[in-house]
Amino acid sequence: MVAMTVNGKSVSVDADPETPLLYVLRNELELNGAKFGCGLGQCGACTVLVDGKAAISCLLPLAALEGRAITTLEGLGTAEAPGPVQAAFIEEQAAQCGYCIPGMIMRMAGLLAETPEPDDEEIRAALQPNLCRCGTHMRILRAARRAAGRPSEEDNFAFAGSGQNVGGTSS
Amino acid sequence: MTHHRSSSPLIPPITRRGFVAGAGSLTLSFALSGRAAAQSEESGVVDQTAELPGSLSKAPFLDSWIRIAADGAITVFTGKAELGQGIRTALHQIAAEMLGVDPQRIELLTADTDATPNEGYTAASHSMEESGSAIMNAAAEVRAILVQRAAERLGVDAETLRVEDGVVIGGPEDLAYNMLVDGETLHVRYEGRGRKPDPATYKIMGTPFPRTDIPAKLTGAPAYVQDLRLPGMVHARVIRPPVSGARLAEFDQAAVEAMPGVMAVVRNGNYLAVVASGEYQAVEAKRAAEGAARWTGGIALPERSEIYDRLQASAAEETVIHETDAGSGFPVKRLKARYTRPFQMHSSIGPSCAVGLFEDGRLTVWTHTQGVYPDRKAIAELLSMEENAVRLIHMPGAGCYGHNGADDAAADAALIATALPGRPVRVQWMREDEHLWEPYGSAMVVEASAGLAADGTIADWTYDVWSYPHSTRPGGAGNLIAGNLVADPFRLAPPTNIPQPAGGGDRNAVPPYDIPGARVTKHFVTDMTLRVSALRGLGAFMNVFSLESFVDELAEAAGADPVAFRLAMLDDPRAGDVVTAAATDFGWDGWTAPAPGFGRGFAYARYKNLAAYCAVAIELQVTPETGAIRIHRAVSSVDSGQIVNPNGVRNQIEGGIVQSASWTLFEEVLYSPDRIESRDWSAYPILRFDAVPASVRVRPIDRPGEPFLGTGECAQGPTAAAIANAVRDATGVRIRDLPYSPKRLQTALRETEFS
Ligand code: FES
Ligand code: FES
Repeated sequence: MVAMTVNGKSVSVDADPETPLLYVLRNELELNGAKFGCGLGQCGACTVLVDGKAAISCLLPLAALEGRAITTLEGLGTAEAPGPVQAAFIEEQAAQCGYCIPGMIMRMAGLLAETPEPDDEEIRAALQPNLCRCGTHMRILRAARRAAGRPSEEDNFAFAGSGQNVGGTSS
Repeated sequence: MTHHRSSSPLIPPITRRGFVAGAGSLTLSFALSGRAAAQSEESGVVDQTAELPGSLSKAPFLDSWIRIAADGAITVFTGKAELGQGIRTALHQIAAEMLGVDPQRIELLTADTDATPNEGYTAASHSMEESGSAIMNAAAEVRAILVQRAAERLGVDAETLRVEDGVVIGGPEDLAYNMLVDGETLHVRYEGRGRKPDPATYKIMGTPFPRTDIPAKLTGAPAYVQDLRLPGMVHARVIRPPVSGARLAEFDQAAVEAMPGVMAVVRNGNYLAVVASGEYQAVEAKRAAEGAARWTGGIALPERSEIYDRLQASAAEETVIHETDAGSGFPVKRLKARYTRPFQMHSSIGPSCAVGLFEDGRLTVWTHTQGVYPDRKAIAELLSMEENAVRLIHMPGAGCYGHNGADDAAADAALIATALPGRPVRVQWMREDEHLWEPYGSAMVVEASAGLAADGTIADWTYDVWSYPHSTRPGGAGNLIAGNLVADPFRLAPPTNIPQPAGGGDRNAVPPYDIPGARVTKHFVTDMTLRVSALRGLGAFMNVFSLESFVDELAEAAGADPVAFRLAMLDDPRAGDVVTAAATDFGWDGWTAPAPGFGRGFAYARYKNLAAYCAVAIELQVTPETGAIRIHRAVSSVDSGQIVNPNGVRNQIEGGIVQSASWTLFEEVLYSPDRIESRDWSAYPILRFDAVPASVRVRPIDRPGEPFLGTGECAQGPTAAAIANAVRDATGVRIRDLPYSPKRLQTALRETEFS
């Protein structure tokens, strides 16, 4: 039996202690936010917050979670009252299939908890572990900027190490 | 083995508000005819009465599309599926606009073999043209019928009446739609009686209406088939052979059955699956079963380095698909080039999943297939069941971009569910199941040769494309992995050539330009070495990459500006408009490199040479030391006819550009003679955030009143070629082999340095 807090509620889970958190969240706790993408720590679809930090739930065994506080997508808000990061993603219509987006939102929530005003390089770096196959990246970056309190007038997302964006000569 | 049956799990009956299957309302009949039969290769359905708009030709009764219940509830039906492309929202907008009702009052039902019309596959950018046109015309006619009824009842001229939010007003009495319908009113064939409103008056179509499905998906509401939890549901995993064609020689079944939670091992020939009460128990049972199984034989794969030579040397069906008369220009300069594209993956971010339930002789499968009807047919054949005893219900999955593992996972759920009657069975593929067993996009080779006349125009053009098939969709049970593995296996139906004008491997092989002395030949190779099928755009990605790279090579040889060179050969004004718009928005004229290593590239195509027009301009930077490419700006314009949702169009084009950049820069299926090596993301890298462009800008060009052309696939080819042309501009090196991996670029740059 492992006792932890999930989205502010105390829960005790009776399962094989090797079971990765992702399966516990999706099955025992019937939460949909964390998605199965690879089970290998390669894609970030399963990202949640553990004690406020973004973590890959598909590789975290239940045994390691005694006393920890887990936050999933559901803990950030609802469709009627979305949390600020969710609201930013909805505002930017940042989804195609949407399957990767919960992981992106959790990643951003984790970043903002540590770095309230991240710049573009920090946003790119924070999202680097997460894959999106639909190519929704521009909208995800726009939503990330919006969540960081500086909505984009126009795309010009700085690359890592560039200090600032080296734009073209026009547009 | 016996499995534990819970005390008769109660599955709630599947009901949907306001839906009663009207007798005969979904009766469909098909007749094969030449052109329509060709169409069926990709979308899977044959036109019966090709003159009706869109899919009305397949389901001509109005109540197949729209029903109005006595309580005023309006239900709109589409046979197409939401794949993340936003079709649900666009169709919703069309229905609301044409019916003249608040979108909130409409419920839209998508692909379900018990409820919606058979619209074949949701594929080939056809959904707006097929379902969008059908719903638009059906809704306009429903509105006209109801206004006419109101006029008769009120004894006034219909012209004096108008509709406001589902109420006919302007007469002596206001009449709501539901006061004007009874059971049979809409059970009539479409006749084209409805007058569509002037596009200038649209209030809902043409606006960036927010996607109706996004809030639920972004807050964790159950939205995907992966999220479906039925009472008493159990969990299955499949165990595949290490290589296609291998036989299961030995298997220690007892060891797996003894594991905690394991309820059943399903073995049928070379088909193997485990079922457990807990999901992670199923995962552990799968891993154990892999260790407990010994496989022999299997089909040897080619050496990766030999694939293109092998493709060109294979027996092929050859078709000359395009020829033009010789012109007057005499070639003074000749260019030749060979381009290659490796096998590439759909690689959905969420591996395929399905839930099956076999109860009282009836099978229900919840699936993210692109085609509930065709997949049902294949599954019924696999299980020797009547088709009408099988129901497939579409639920969203992760984006698929074509024929991925969805249909096969649905077949897995069906097959396993029949072994556990009364039990809902959820099958979730693991990452390697998807990477190793989805059908890939075909490897391809293009050879092009052209002469330039003294005046810098193209004097002649020869273009040959070699490709494996681009559709092996079901079809029959032989098109399913399970069908090939069961003890009494089904054989894959011989893949067929998708003919022009849409084409398969030769999609967009015909140049969109006015070129004399042209000859384009398709070499269709059916002897597949790896399993292949439809990947977004089919051959268009490779053909536009090759053709538009080659046009740039010719422009350079002619000393011409690449945009001007193209415009001079384009007759279609809509083509000219997207090219000019993209060039203008990019700032093409007067562009100079902002820093060393920068280059710009341009490309254009009209998807399938008959659908959406798209031009892409790219500015990128190459770091010679690492071979890394940074895309700074992608600027695009698109004309896909009448726009229903401009934000939806933008979303599709932005996504197409970024996904195509990933295909172009990074992607290649790795394999050796004894196995496929790309079993996870580390062996099949795709674009991550460090490589996301700094900026992507899309200008949708609206064509009010023009037919819907579909948007989903038109950016794939132009993006690849624009990147290729920009790399050439930045480095002086022309790379003709995909992908443009850092290693390939480094090697090419080093070679030019020392040559
Ligand atoms: S599912 Fe956890 S990283 Fe992919
Ligand atoms: S939106 Fe589909 S994978 Fe990201």
